[in-house]
Amino acid sequence: MGMGLLFDATRCIGCGACSSACKEQNKLPEKVEEVLTAYTWTTIQEKAGLNVRRLCMHCEVPTCASVCPVAALTKTPEGPVVYDAERCMGCRYCMMACPFEIPKYQWDRPVPIIGKCILCAGRLKEGKATACAEACPAEATTFGKKEDLIWEARTRIRQKPGAYVDHIYGLTEAGGTSVLMISNVPFEKLGLKTNLPADPPAMRTWQVLSNIPDFVGVWGVFLYGIHWITARREDVAKAGNHNNGRGDRS
Amino acid sequence: MNTTATLAPRRFRPGFWTAVFVVLFLAFCTVTVIRFTKGLGAVTNLSDQFPWGLWIGFDLLCGVGLAAGAFTLTAVVHLFNLKKFEPIVRPTILTGFLGYAFVIVALLLDLGQPWRIWHAIVYWNPHSVMFEVAWCVMLYTTVLAVEFSPVVFERFGFHAPARLIHRIITPLVILGVLLSTLHQSSLGSLYLIVPSKLHPLWYSPMMPLHFYISAIGAGIGMVILESYLSKRAFRRHLEMDLLEPLARGMVVALGIYGLMRLQGIRRNHAFGSILEFGYEGRMFLLEFTLGVILPVALMSFRRLRSHPDWLVGGAFLAVLGFVMNRLNISITGMEAASGVRYLPSGMEIIVSVGLVATGMAVFAFAVRTFPIFPEGPVAHPKEPEAGA
Repeated sequence: MGMGLLFDATRCIGCGACSSACKEQNKLPEKVEEVLTAYTWTTIQEKAGLNVRRLCMHCEVPTCASVCPVAALTKTPEGPVVYDAERCMGCRYCMMACPFEIPKYQWDRPVPIIGKCILCAGRLKEGKATACAEACPAEATTFGKKEDLIWEARTRIRQKPGAYVDHIYGLTEAGGTSVLMISNVPFEKLGLKTNLPADPPAMRTWQVLSNIPDFVGVWGVFLYGIHWITARREDVAKAGNHNNGRGDRS
Repeated sequence: MNTTATLAPRRFRPGFWTAVFVVLFLAFCTVTVIRFTKGLGAVTNLSDQFPWGLWIGFDLLCGVGLAAGAFTLTAVVHLFNLKKFEPIVRPTILTGFLGYAFVIVALLLDLGQPWRIWHAIVYWNPHSVMFEVAWCVMLYTTVLAVEFSPVVFERFGFHAPARLIHRIITPLVILGVLLSTLHQSSLGSLYLIVPSKLHPLWYSPMMPLHFYISAIGAGIGMVILESYLSKRAFRRHLEMDLLEPLARGMVVALGIYGLMRLQGIRRNHAFGSILEFGYEGRMFLLEFTLGVILPVALMSFRRLRSHPDWLVGGAFLAVLGFVMNRLNISITGMEAASGVRYLPSGMEIIVSVGLVATGMAVFAFAVRTFPIFPEGPVAHPKEPEAGA
């Protein structure tokens, strides 16, 4: 199941330490923007009186990784969905497809790449927590094994009935994510997508793509069959003309 | 097919359309320079909220879709053995090839780092529809080039390679139809991944089939339209005896497609959003009435089909409706979920129009140089750039 983050919107004080730590860790321009961009991989938005973090959800079956024609985006066993800028040719299908609208583009650069949170994949490999979780002074962002985080989220929801919406955002959304969120305000009011199917969107295309080899065989034989029949008909018609029409017994 | 490449005098007199083309082409070049020095943001209205715009919606989706006449007609002539359509196969293959060339040039502008386009050949991701489209477009453009090559060989008197291609034409055509079936439908599969973003008037698990069948319908419409434009530009006669039965095929394809679209909307329980008459509902009604209901209704009458003006009108509607559908799927239907309105910038439009004009100019040049029409290279074009 890998590692993940639990974000508790009721605890976030909106100090922005996570965003700043992210900027430093990933060597991004200092200015934290209000929305996600190719240069701001996580930011805090004020919604319905709460502070909500925006960052890549790190799907279990990432839509971005499934659509990328050159496999520049991949899910690592540790949890992060990472991006190989050296492979990317800039088709932006990941941006189009991502149900959480996370990947952003360097529109102002002649040689542009995608920018998005990579869950500090390098730090994770070294056994360290993400920079944002380490920087959080309010324990609003917790780093850990995903199953532990689910346990922790359930405990918080159970221990204070009514203090939380009884749902862990990210448990089923788009097939489940490595980043989980809990809140005392309905998630759609926090600007999060709540119309996402529980099956990973990638399955919808795979259902079609996985049938292509079978289809090619059948369709190819069918097309040749048509040619065979029509060509034979022509031969027979020609022969029939030679026999003054008596030979047409096809 | 007439193989005598009569070297008619290739006279070319620049006129009004030549001037229009030169202006468009220069504007296109200017935009290209800005795009590669200042980035995509400087020339397009694309944004993080709306990453795909006119160049994908029109140049890619319509460029590939409207080139579907090529695989349809090669299948009709070489597989269904309806040899009478042979005279219009060459111009159709040429249109198809230019259509795909148009798509590839547009992609080179739209891709962030087009010099890495070869990455799709080296780094594989068979889970990606885009990966499949890339391969099919690449291979099918090659097939079209090979299918067209005998015309070039004939022109320069190389008869051996032309004969070789003639011998392998059946497997070649089957390969072309296979590849076309795959990527025409895959352009629809591209949008299967956005069930939560694309408006229910257009989203359907059957989109691959919608795209395939509508491409056949509009591809035939394009063949008729192109015959008409060639007639006007090169003072050719309109092959009504061939185009009238083609229009019947168009009616069948569009009819099946129209029914499937309605079934999709019923399954999505989205008829309500037509009655609400909002932005999406109105755009759908416009697309469906102009592009499906009207052409099917009009072209169902033999009297109208047999009349050149009505025939061309019906074909034009089918093509127009097709373009509207692709733009509705790629733009209109995606706007609500993105939270922004997208209108292409002037420079995006210049690129698309400039590319269409270039395609027409190359078509006109090819028709004057190679034996594409049965009567050989066309000697006295009236207005060269108007043909295609």
